[in-house]
Amino acid sequence: MNFVRFAVRRLLEMAATLLGASFVVFGAMYLAPGNPASFLLGGRSASPAALAAIDRQYHLNDPFIEQYARWLGNILHGDFGRSIEYRTDVSHLLSSRLPTTLLLVGMALVVVVLLGLALGWAGAVRGGATDSAILVGTTFAIGTPAFVAAILLQGFLAVELGWFPSSGSGSGDGIAAMLWHLTLPAIALALYLVGMLARVTRSAMLEQLTSEHVAVARSRGIPERHVISRHVFRNALGAVLTTAGLIVSSLLVCTVLVETAFSVGGVGQLLELSSTTKDFPVVQAISLIIVALFMTVNLIIDLLLPVVDPRITLGTRATG
Amino acid sequence: MNTTEQHPADTPRPAPGGRPNTPAALDIRNLRMRLPHTARPVLDGVDLTVGAGETVALVGESGSGKTLTSRTVLRLLPAGTTTEGTVHVAGDDVLTMNARQLRHLRTRTAAMIFQDPRAAINPLRRIGDFLTESVRLNKIMTPAAAQARAGELLEAVGLTTEVPRRYPGQLSGGMLQRVMIAAALMGDPTLLLADEPTTALDVTTQAEVVALLGDLRARFGTGLLFVTHDLGLAAAISDRVYVMYAGRIAETGPAASVFARPRHPYTKALLDSTPGLDAPPGRLVAIDGQPPDLRREPTGCPFAPRCAHATELCTTETPRSMPARGEPAHTAACHHSDRLEGTPGDA
Repeated sequence: MNFVRFAVRRLLEMAATLLGASFVVFGAMYLAPGNPASFLLGGRSASPAALAAIDRQYHLNDPFIEQYARWLGNILHGDFGRSIEYRTDVSHLLSSRLPTTLLLVGMALVVVVLLGLALGWAGAVRGGATDSAILVGTTFAIGTPAFVAAILLQGFLAVELGWFPSSGSGSGDGIAAMLWHLTLPAIALALYLVGMLARVTRSAMLEQLTSEHVAVARSRGIPERHVISRHVFRNALGAVLTTAGLIVSSLLVCTVLVETAFSVGGVGQLLELSSTTKDFPVVQAISLIIVALFMTVNLIIDLLLPVVDPRITLGTRATG
Repeated sequence: MNTTEQHPADTPRPAPGGRPNTPAALDIRNLRMRLPHTARPVLDGVDLTVGAGETVALVGESGSGKTLTSRTVLRLLPAGTTTEGTVHVAGDDVLTMNARQLRHLRTRTAAMIFQDPRAAINPLRRIGDFLTESVRLNKIMTPAAAQARAGELLEAVGLTTEVPRRYPGQLSGGMLQRVMIAAALMGDPTLLLADEPTTALDVTTQAEVVALLGDLRARFGTGLLFVTHDLGLAAAISDRVYVMYAGRIAETGPAASVFARPRHPYTKALLDSTPGLDAPPGRLVAIDGQPPDLRREPTGCPFAPRCAHATELCTTETPRSMPARGEPAHTAACHHSDRLEGTPGDA
């Protein structure tokens, strides 16, 4: 009951935030410098009549609020408008690219979670040389921007060794080809976040390791591996889950860079291209989708948090 | 220090030393312990026994080594500690156990009740899980049997059977300490260690928990080592008392005798600084000075710098434990015990 009310409230909050975000996304493109009509004409001079026709087709002369309302109404009906650059429906453009991006982000997320948790766990539990090595490694990982990692990975694993393709998404050649093409982009995308999650996991587990209830569990003869899994790691999960929101948002943003670096034909690359060509219906649609994805992930995390930490919905969070 | 009244317990207790032919629940012999980077040992020749089914109080101020002594019984030692001497629990030496024997000791033979139950119980797991996890994970009981035993013990400590479904944050401190006590009894131990089990509780809850511990100890026949800085509590619950100072046993004997006729100036000073309802009004007497710190090796009696009776002898020669005349069970490590004799027949 308590949980249901919590979920409903979060859903309503999400709807409100999404509405606000749509306004910002639309407004930003409206305020941005440059005129899509002039871009569309490719520098050629056009008759005032032709310009007026374009303005009319894209409703560029309507008042802002009217344009916004029309755009939002269409989106609610599943119509994201037409791309100026590609002269096709935005939804058509996205339907071929969104799966690629989701697969890439999903692969990176798996790498981040598996490797980040494993390294953090090992560092906290083993200590000593293992911990020092992990600290040094994660420092490098955190200090390496995704585009630098992309260049290094392309240089060594793709060009020098030829183990992986250096660009493209392999879409159309089946799932195996896609996984193979997206391995390097996923690693480049994951690297920084592996370092970050490992650090968060490590410090949360170290904090638990020195806590009284862990000492008590040991004093009760609980085998050490159970002490680690049931008390240390279990109690560190809250911090890990909170970080997961940050991880997903970072993945969604960095995928623009990585897709561009590896020429992966995904939504991120499309966003980058469309921004430079002022293809505003595409930019708006992708921005809104990224915001919606990010908020959905946060909603899921919010709903999972009370499961991981029962003190949250019960409203009895301890003060010490 | 709280204001619990000093009064003798009104329930009969087994004779000191416990039943014949059973090994003592706890037998510590000449325990010496050093922590890294310290000049003097934190424990310096501690001798302490708890007979089967006997209740013993270990009293002293912070830093006297009482908590360390009780933790040694479960070998919960800080890293880098070196120990000498022996610690036998139900006949087995704790200090030489391997990992498996140690786990057996901690699940089946001895259990500790900690000071702050809020910190001692994982806040993210249900009470039922906490109660049964040790016996389940060590395969001592099936989950069903463990659950049944947990139910019985919860009833014994005065809690209802819906408590296992709750989280620690939903219970009061007193209830949690009852849970802690029930958890300690899960493996049917020979020895219970209670390390200041009432310090984190309010006064009325303290009295309930102490009474409960006394009842359960009698009902389950476990030995109890009760570690406290509270003399009133020690007098109320224990058969025998050990008073600790600077890592040594300053005085020991039957509770009634030690409190009525203290033979060590430190015990006397502690008694004088304990507030009580029946004490005459006026200022409490504090003990001047500080306990010796661990960085210097003291010579002679460690209490001498704070002692009103100290003489030349006290600063040069360390006193050995000597029994009182006519009462061999009551010993004190003081050169001048005889000058402290309280008014006889006052017990």
